[in-house]
Amino acid sequence: MTVLVVAALLKVALFIGLAFGVAAYATLAERKIAGWIQNRYGPNRVGPWGLLQPMADGIKLFFKEELLPTGANPFLFKLAPALVTGSALLAVAVIPLGDALTVAGKKIPLVVADMPVGILYLMAVSSLGVYGILLGGWSSNNKYSLLGGLRSAAQVVSYELTMVLAMATVLLFSGTMSTRGIALAQEGLWNVFRFPVGTVAFFLFWIASFAETNRLPFDLVECEPELVGGYHTEYSSMRFALFFLGEYVAMFVQASMLTTLFLGGHTLFGLERIFGNPVLNVLLGAAIFLAKTFFFLFVFIWVRWTLPRVRWDQLMALGWKVLLPLAMVTILAGGGGVIWGIY
Amino acid sequence: MAGAAEMRKVEFTWMPGGHEEMMTLNVGPQHPATHGVLRIVVTLDGEVIVGAEPVVGYLHRGKEKMGEALTYHQFIVHCDRLDYLSSNLNDIAYCEAVEKLAGIEVPPRCKYLRVILNELSRIASHLVYVGTGALDIGAATVFFHAWREREKIYDIFDLITGHRMNYGFARIGGLQADFSGEALAAVRAFTEEFDERVDGYEYLLTRNRIWWERNKDIGVIDAPTAVNLGLSGPNLRGSGVARDLRVHEPYAAYEDFDFEIPVGTVGDCFDRYMVRIQEMRQSNRILEQALDKLPGGEIFAEDRRFVLPPKERLLTSHDHQGVYPEKAVMEELIAQFKVITGAGIEPGEVYHAVEASKGELGFYIVSDGSNRAKRMRIRSPSFVNLQALAPMAKGRLLSDLIAVIASLDFVLGEVDR
Repeated sequence: MTVLVVAALLKVALFIGLAFGVAAYATLAERKIAGWIQNRYGPNRVGPWGLLQPMADGIKLFFKEELLPTGANPFLFKLAPALVTGSALLAVAVIPLGDALTVAGKKIPLVVADMPVGILYLMAVSSLGVYGILLGGWSSNNKYSLLGGLRSAAQVVSYELTMVLAMATVLLFSGTMSTRGIALAQEGLWNVFRFPVGTVAFFLFWIASFAETNRLPFDLVECEPELVGGYHTEYSSMRFALFFLGEYVAMFVQASMLTTLFLGGHTLFGLERIFGNPVLNVLLGAAIFLAKTFFFLFVFIWVRWTLPRVRWDQLMALGWKVLLPLAMVTILAGGGGVIWGIY
Repeated sequence: MAGAAEMRKVEFTWMPGGHEEMMTLNVGPQHPATHGVLRIVVTLDGEVIVGAEPVVGYLHRGKEKMGEALTYHQFIVHCDRLDYLSSNLNDIAYCEAVEKLAGIEVPPRCKYLRVILNELSRIASHLVYVGTGALDIGAATVFFHAWREREKIYDIFDLITGHRMNYGFARIGGLQADFSGEALAAVRAFTEEFDERVDGYEYLLTRNRIWWERNKDIGVIDAPTAVNLGLSGPNLRGSGVARDLRVHEPYAAYEDFDFEIPVGTVGDCFDRYMVRIQEMRQSNRILEQALDKLPGGEIFAEDRRFVLPPKERLLTSHDHQGVYPEKAVMEELIAQFKVITGAGIEPGEVYHAVEASKGELGFYIVSDGSNRAKRMRIRSPSFVNLQALAPMAKGRLLSDLIAVIASLDFVLGEVDR
């Protein structure tokens, strides 16, 4: 029992640290990669290769004055950033980083909570984030923020359906809702290679994840040129930083979900068990998982600095008229495939 | 806002419940997409624009009035501050207007050098359009890529004029100085690689599906309306009207060059984008031809009212051995004083328009014989083009307003003057 409690606490610490660390360095990576794409250096003043830049940013934001706009609803205004970051962090709990370790005769999987309904939980908590954006936009008493908040609500509702359907296709393949179970079920064949249903579902999920995390080309919620930052226009200091952190943690979660659901999680065609030592194998699995996740994070950043932004009605049209029907066909085809034993 | 109040009465049948609740959104004067200090009072129904009313004047400095208080020469530097993205164009246009009024003919080399400055400025200005236009639509990288070439042009200007932005390089009857060989080589190097760079922007934007969606059929203005609104420059040509003052009312040495007038078909944001992209290529063609055909000789007109005499002709004090300069004459010294204090021009009036980067830039100058203008009026293309904002944006979404603002490509320094 003690072992389990200690292990759980350690895992919580590890995952929160991982999420925040990845989020902090994703901001640096974003700026570095942007610089690389745009013929400039990116941050290179703080520490070697600008490696301490996230710390410097954090310290700066901590010491900034917190402003409360006139006419804002103080309670909701303060609650909103916490909701965004909180919900993103809650979702980290079901990321299956790697295989199970055996400590003192107890099998400890490398995931904070290996729930039988992990996917449902993930959908539930990751949808909570939109409340933070909506409330933040509404409570700021700013028209730009209000428009941003409303856009986000419309956007997330439209894309979550596609996302759920793409996830459901995966559930058909794996027959479990536990994220760890899904990862393990792909040891033979990754879902993305279950052509064509798995591949289509993968791309649907991928596109929807851009909308879910409010990343360009679907970042209508922020949209600097039109809405001057959108829902976070009025936020300053750490409250602003929490929105930012929330966005990057959400990116990490979405990237890990892409990895888990479609790219086999920590598996790599048996290569993840190449070492004789089980501890080393688990570490290798975690490294494989993170490598795949970082690839998706890189694509998030790459796309942001390459593409223009779509208009919100075009985004809605894409979501409802293209992606959703496609997702429905995909899940039907997937179901048929499973019933008739093709997959 | 009277206009906005009227627009509130517009009946909407496609949505039940009436629309008493319109939102008035104040876009600007501090707003990232208004390209300066433009304020637009937008009346929104949801996100649909019911009315958009531009409010100008936040950058008004009274340039025209200054033109009536300063001598003809002193006003040159103020022209830099009109359209500050293509300052050389304004300076040269103003000097040409004064030359026309005073009846001065500049030598061919000067004309060619002016064409080079004009076209480099035009490219620099269109690069700002491509960069900021793409940035407004969300493509941040294009902005940096366009800025890279703009920096090169600014480096060339730095070589030529010694300044990066407000040059004050044009002179009545000439240019401040001839180009150095290094500067001409830099222009040549620029023209050689520039077409490829334009391909690069086109690669990122022209066939990009999202760029199409955001620009095609947005802010459409047909040819008759465009003419009626008095649009000029790429905004007019985007609507399919092939009018370019460089071709139709040639000035400087433009009749010597072979280039095309790119025109659009529909008059939407995308056509205006394509017109500017192709104009950059045409400007590059003109640059190449100007470099190839660049005549030698003087850059200053022979006119002692406005052109300073050569230094060796001035009767200055004798040297330490008591010898006066050999060629020096008293008359030239007198001429020097008259040029510096400002020469008068015979009473008369002139309107001289050039094809600036934004459209028809015209200077209307009335002279009463003194050394400063009696009346100075600047017909700035941006101010007139701004009229098209409301008809273009009406009935569209807030996001389209941003695309329309970007595609009209105005500069507030010129709108407010």
